[in-house]
Amino acid sequence: MWDVIKLVVLGAVAVLAAYAATQARDLAYMVNAATVMLAAGIAFAWMLRARGQSVSASPLEYNDGVIRAGVIATAGWAIVGFLVGTTIAFQLAFPWLNPEWAQGYLNFGKLRPLHTSAVIFAFGGNALLATSFYVVQRTSAARLFGGNLAWFVFWGYQLFIVLAATGYILGATQSKEYAEPEWHVDWWLTFIWVLYLVVFLGTIMKRREPHIYVANWFYLSFIVTIAMLHIVNNLSVPVSFFGSKSVQLFAGVQDAMTQWWYGHNAVGFFLTAGFLGMMYYFVPKQAERPVYSYKLSIVHFWALIFLYIWAGPHHLHYTALPDWASTLGMVMSIALWMPSWGGMINGLMTLSGAWDKLRTDPVIRMMVVSVGFYGMSTFEGPMMAIKAVNSLSHYTDWTIGHVHSGALGWNGMITFGALYFLVPRLWARERLYSLTLVSWHFWLATIGIVLYISAMWVSGIMQGLMWREVDDQGFLVNAFADTVSAMHPMYLTRALGGVLYLTGGLIMCYNLWATVAKQPRVASASVAAVPAE
Amino acid sequence: MDTYSLMREFADSWAMLALFAMFIGVVFWAWRPGSRKMHDDSANIPFRHEDKPACSGDGPGGRGKDGAMAKEAWK
Repeated sequence: MWDVIKLVVLGAVAVLAAYAATQARDLAYMVNAATVMLAAGIAFAWMLRARGQSVSASPLEYNDGVIRAGVIATAGWAIVGFLVGTTIAFQLAFPWLNPEWAQGYLNFGKLRPLHTSAVIFAFGGNALLATSFYVVQRTSAARLFGGNLAWFVFWGYQLFIVLAATGYILGATQSKEYAEPEWHVDWWLTFIWVLYLVVFLGTIMKRREPHIYVANWFYLSFIVTIAMLHIVNNLSVPVSFFGSKSVQLFAGVQDAMTQWWYGHNAVGFFLTAGFLGMMYYFVPKQAERPVYSYKLSIVHFWALIFLYIWAGPHHLHYTALPDWASTLGMVMSIALWMPSWGGMINGLMTLSGAWDKLRTDPVIRMMVVSVGFYGMSTFEGPMMAIKAVNSLSHYTDWTIGHVHSGALGWNGMITFGALYFLVPRLWARERLYSLTLVSWHFWLATIGIVLYISAMWVSGIMQGLMWREVDDQGFLVNAFADTVSAMHPMYLTRALGGVLYLTGGLIMCYNLWATVAKQPRVASASVAAVPAE
Repeated sequence: MDTYSLMREFADSWAMLALFAMFIGVVFWAWRPGSRKMHDDSANIPFRHEDKPACSGDGPGGRGKDGAMAKEAWK
């Protein structure tokens, strides 16, 4: 009966999407509708074939199938995101890489949001999805709640990524940073996100541990806050049900403040809280010792939650935003030093007594460098939020460098560490295929990041100084084009850093593939019982 | 007084005080005397159920009926 209802709904969705595609007012909406039709059609066919075959999901085993899929998706989207990022780095260095025939589709302006969304939401989002499902099961000692609901969340999220990406290229964007998708894609993500919350919260509620482990607190705050941010920042009225264009509910400075309340908390709760959940599970596991101070982790959590939500106005210094609001944002950003460094110390000191592992285990080295970059970028961020510093750094490449020390260093490295931890366990292999390749990945990525951020520091500060330089008559000394040509060597260095980071990512993918494909299964009773899903 | 000023005044006085008091409460709760045993226990949660969910016969915390900690199966 339940199966029939699902089939009817999927069929109806496919038909409605086909109708919407025929009525589409613009190309992006038509392609999106056709993609939905295709996805619903494939799901319909798959359901029809799978009908009647009852897969008995034992509550005595963890649901790891969806996590395996999440790991593959994370690694795949990582390459896509890094590749697009490296491409646009070269496009900035060599303008002829924005050819005439690709104008409006593959030029820098179109590819940049594709890059940010691919690395944040596709790579980072899948990493969070997969690790949160892994961690919540292990620390709750319970199978994922909701049976195949987790699979629906996974595929629904991939559909969101594809809809958003094709939409960007074809021109459907509401021009809000990190919130570019238009209304119809936003609604779909809201639906998927609520189901994600149901799966996660349901698993926590049927946990067999009396205490909710701190990693789950961070994951939960990430899921709940992102839902709130996403809904408020995307309040808009569609112009037509058959077109991608919508009109924002807020206007002017209110809209700007809502956007950066969203934007900064996307950093705070997606890229920080969620990834701290990863840190609090994978660093202790890889170091084989519990977190340094559990008490500190509780205070870390609450301090971070209380402070982060106020920091958004620092993106709008010296704008139409009231002065008190931007001062509030600055003060709260500086206060964030304390929880950020508390958390970093907690992560690093987890290794106390096991520092020798840094020499022998490149995976833990990756995690430690990641936590180090977390400390570094959360020192740099509040500093840049100070109005006097911001007047120099704002709108320059320094901001880009700061973002990448956080994203490549902290988010990237902790995710690589988690993937190296997960793959042998999820596919029941004794160990990784090659630790030498992990070392290669580690050094390529680290050198790539250092090249990237130091180039952007030089370029950004130079740019800021050149912009504000005036002669004794009070005239500006430099034209904008002067700064552009002065930045060229730094742009080359940045692109080289990107190539190194991408190469490291490719080595990781080969290593993870070889771990599964070239090594025998471990004949362990517990792992052999994992159902084929 | 208009709604904006009313809410703003409330936000930067009582609401701020309440949030601050709550945070101080969390700090004291975390460091309250006698909490070490509970926190040590919580910190070890990741090392208990690597391979399988807790059996229905287990008590809370994955301990067996005799109260012994479940042994970690593999690293």
